[in-house]
Amino acid sequence: MAIDLVVNGASRSVNVAETTPLLDVLRNQLDLKGARYGCGLEQCGSCMVLVDGTPVYACAREVGTVAGKHITTIEGIGSVATPHPLQIAFLDEQAGQCGYCLSGIIIEAKALLDRNPDPTRTEIAAALDNHLCRCGAHPRILRAVAKAASMLREGAAA
Amino acid sequence: MSDTLPLSIQNNRRMEKWIRFDPDRTLRLAVGKVELGQGNVTALAQIAAEELDIDLSRIAVLSGDTQDAPDEGQTTSSQSIEVSGKSVQLVTAELRARVVDRLAQRLNCAPGEISVEDGVFCRGDAPTGHDYWNFVQAEDFAAEIAGTATPKSHTAYRVVGKPVPRRDLPAKVTGAGFIHDMVRPDLLHARILRQPNRGAILTAFDEAPVRHVAGGDFRVVRVGNFVAFVGADETVVQRAAVAAPAHARWDKARQITPDQQEAAWLVGKPTNERVHGDEPMTDPPTTVVEATYSRPYIAHAAMGPSCALAEYRDGVLSVWSHTQGPYPLRAALANVLGLPADRIIVRHAHGAGCYGHNGADDVAVDAAVVALQVPDQCIRVLWRREEEFGYEPFGTAMQVTARAALDGVGKPVEWTQEIWSATHVQRPSTGGNMLTHEALPTPPPDPKPTDPPEAAGGGGTRNGRPLYDIPVRRILHHLVLAPPVRTSALRGLGALPNVFAIECFMDELAERAGVEPVVYRLSMLSDKRARHIIEDVTARSDWAARGAAGSGRGLGMGWARYKNKAAYAAVVVEVEVDQEVRLKRVWCTADAGLVINPDGGKNQLEGGIIQAASMTLKEQVTMEGPGVTSVDWSTYPIMKFSEVPEIETVLVEAPDQPTLGMGECTFGPTAAAIGNAVAHALGIRIRDMPFTRERIAKVLLG
Repeated sequence: MAIDLVVNGASRSVNVAETTPLLDVLRNQLDLKGARYGCGLEQCGSCMVLVDGTPVYACAREVGTVAGKHITTIEGIGSVATPHPLQIAFLDEQAGQCGYCLSGIIIEAKALLDRNPDPTRTEIAAALDNHLCRCGAHPRILRAVAKAASMLREGAAA
Repeated sequence: MSDTLPLSIQNNRRMEKWIRFDPDRTLRLAVGKVELGQGNVTALAQIAAEELDIDLSRIAVLSGDTQDAPDEGQTTSSQSIEVSGKSVQLVTAELRARVVDRLAQRLNCAPGEISVEDGVFCRGDAPTGHDYWNFVQAEDFAAEIAGTATPKSHTAYRVVGKPVPRRDLPAKVTGAGFIHDMVRPDLLHARILRQPNRGAILTAFDEAPVRHVAGGDFRVVRVGNFVAFVGADETVVQRAAVAAPAHARWDKARQITPDQQEAAWLVGKPTNERVHGDEPMTDPPTTVVEATYSRPYIAHAAMGPSCALAEYRDGVLSVWSHTQGPYPLRAALANVLGLPADRIIVRHAHGAGCYGHNGADDVAVDAAVVALQVPDQCIRVLWRREEEFGYEPFGTAMQVTARAALDGVGKPVEWTQEIWSATHVQRPSTGGNMLTHEALPTPPPDPKPTDPPEAAGGGGTRNGRPLYDIPVRRILHHLVLAPPVRTSALRGLGALPNVFAIECFMDELAERAGVEPVVYRLSMLSDKRARHIIEDVTARSDWAARGAAGSGRGLGMGWARYKNKAAYAAVVVEVEVDQEVRLKRVWCTADAGLVINPDGGKNQLEGGIIQAASMTLKEQVTMEGPGVTSVDWSTYPIMKFSEVPEIETVLVEAPDQPTLGMGECTFGPTAAAIGNAVAHALGIRIRDMPFTRERIAKVLLG
């Protein structure tokens, strides 16, 4: 059946069963590869996207439950040519090793900074506790989110 | 002469295998080591830029390609910079010398009069009108690489030693860059029904209920006991694979009992016996003390499950893989599939973090087996999460007894490290089998129990010989032949359990001798670089104010020189312990000789500290019945953001010393520092990992 979504600001219609995981729709129907399959169990955060501004695990979320809603993926945050301050800060801090977790983490950080523009290290860590990183880039990631918050408070374009 | 050259040059003597100048004023450097998230490709580009004096932005790197890049074996053991880096340095220095010598002849001047500025040759300060792109000719590439050119002095470095951003990260913070994202023409998705164990035979498979659950079209490919679900819709084949195990019946399925998941199970099992080191003392002191430490089986646990693409067209098999070794994988594929190696191309693509021999090669064989059955299509196989946790090769459990004969003041004069361990390397090239191969109609022979030789740092014995000034140091290695699960290389191999045992036992011996533990260590440590990192890290962590044991707050230290010949690292950890261990702060000082990319190096040190801490505190592969029971992140928890401490790392400036890899050097010291910090906090020692809430409660209750 046809399901309408607003993805990264653009209206999209996909013809899939409404029980199809949102992650599969994003990756395979809409060719948005940024949200990643990590576990399919809502445990690791690699698949995180924003649904109407709220972080949601895309791996186990049936697409029918988000019909008509606004979905934001990492591709909607910024690009190599026009990066978001979060992406600039992650590169400034070299906040990653393998990088598989970063799409989801940047999405979560975006939601955090939207509701709390000046989070403490403890608050950033708490917000990211739905996300796993196996390489141990955590200290750099925490610094990068704090740096992006500071850039945004000083007026960097989001 | 040639036997002193790095192995990478010995195996690739043609200059054009490494270097190509392209018309757009760029240079393509081809290397056999691959990017695994550790930043080695960026560092190798720095080395080439330095020796050739070409701007880093002009250097493109092709890494891991059996068509177009040199064979550098596996990307393992912190060797990318030590071996590949040395090779790139010698190759680029030689090419520069050849070109400059020829230009000097042309200009009738001495080679020393010619300098290079971003690829442009200058004489004095004036450009000559020549550059690499208009002057280099085929004759510069004609001779085999001699490896005798003199590289630049480190005092002249402009690019090496500077923090340079990773080349692959911009893609990865914007949603791209992984093999998982690759799309090829005629793409089909595939998932696997795994043979539960070697020798298991599929006696029945009920397809109808699986098709019902899958809700769409797919094809079942069966070869022996290997079954794949293949179709255009990834959601459908994923659902089929999730449903399938419940509808498959296997004969000769193994049964594992929970005691087999513990390191202690290894003791008394059939072994190969190996003895290393000094002859035992003929008349040792009568005071002998010992303590036994252990680590359970641990998982690589990559964030993204293993993935590969394969296509078989016109008799040529092309495979895309996040393998550590494209050429060794090609050899394994040729062996499993019965294809000649020259009909197989393996190309590296980035995967989720790799910390050793994980499922990367196995999933590539999965894809290749399906591709041969379904030619002219691109087959993409992705492992499921429970498949990744259930079937990757694990880091083996180890039990280590440290035994010391003590002199009159309580210092060891004879140290025996007795090690029980399964193998640390079961790659196809070292006696192991590909997972898929065991399910095919003609499975390979039983894997051969081997372990890396001592010259390569050993496996179970890695770092088993303490570097203190102890007259007699011995290793008794019980290589256990038949562990309950497949084991292979995981970051540091035996270094973590061995350093944990040595450095914890040193604290125990110091306490017995009534000497402060750092003072005790330094009283028998003549290696100046080791002394320096210990003195530095203890000064920075205010070790002198450490206080008495048993307060609930603890400070602990551990150090090692990785493989007893590579990078040095000393780590101090501050913990608070009540019902569980909380890491508060970590300090690390490392000496890795000349550092190519200090920021990349620090990233590796930090990552090693956090991963080792996670293993020490939380991780254990569990198993019962048909297989592994720790199959998701709730049953195999790892460290979370809110549990990660502040980390301060310092790299010793040692530009006149050879470059040493940093990926593994913090592993053992971190585990040991935590062990000692927890003992300091509690006043009671825990010798078995992981330090979970349950284990702490058990120790405290006696």
